[in-house]
Amino acid sequence: MSREKETHDQSIKTSRPDPRQWVERYADHLYSYAIARLGEEEQARDLVQETFLAALEKVSEFRGNSSERTWLTAILKYKIIDAYRKRNSGLRMQKMEEEPELEFFEESNGHWKEAYSPQTLGIEGADPLANKELAAILKKCLFKLPALWLSVFTMKHLDNTATETICKELKVTTSNFWVIIHRAKLNLRACIQRSW
Amino acid sequence: MGPIKKIQYDCRHATYLIEKRQHTSLTIRERIELTIHLSGCSVCRLFQQQSRWINRMVRGLFGSAEAQANKLSDEFKLQLQQKIDERLK
Repeated sequence: MSREKETHDQSIKTSRPDPRQWVERYADHLYSYAIARLGEEEQARDLVQETFLAALEKVSEFRGNSSERTWLTAILKYKIIDAYRKRNSGLRMQKMEEEPELEFFEESNGHWKEAYSPQTLGIEGADPLANKELAAILKKCLFKLPALWLSVFTMKHLDNTATETICKELKVTTSNFWVIIHRAKLNLRACIQRSW
Repeated sequence: MGPIKKIQYDCRHATYLIEKRQHTSLTIRERIELTIHLSGCSVCRLFQQQSRWINRMVRGLFGSAEAQANKLSDEFKLQLQQKIDERLK
């Protein structure tokens, strides 16, 4: 009996992708992945659907080198980049560009301006998962970043994507990439300090 | 302003290097500049500490958001299933 079950499990592992099982097996995972990176439920839902439909179109390309889950997540990842790109070219980005960018440093020598100088928050060692208020502030501050910065930031920090890939996908130069990483962190840190 | 003094004052450049170092290796020149700056600037040392903490926080938060929490409604899943089944016919 147990041997029979074993053979059965093995045949599942090595079998071709089974799209009829996708919703049940992967929909919630993909949705959580999308919502963490987009912050919008509706858009996240749309992208999960688009991911499944795109995957159906190219299901014959699935080689089984990765798991079905990894394969589907990779498709979703590109959908998210597209969504960021659309945000960049859309109203949202224009609006962000109109807002004056905080200048944290003295023009003349690059020294911290008194008003923006980092201060001890007293929560440096805190576990964000145990602190709901802190988690909420972090999310709020992250989604306040201009779309391009957010794209670069999440791809680097959450997906650990290679810098070259990010530059290519988002059409930024390497030097611009580091400027964005720098500014994103300065703004994120300042926002947390202001909000805490 | 002498070159050393310039490095000691330039927190903009130091924080840039702090960020860069968290993702890639710095050139020898950059490493020297950052070491000189951090040895005399407690504010940037604090920035570095907070920056690393933010990175850990972002990873922790989003890693856990992915692992649980958000679920699609049954209704949406049903619609999705129907769309997939239709295309498989």
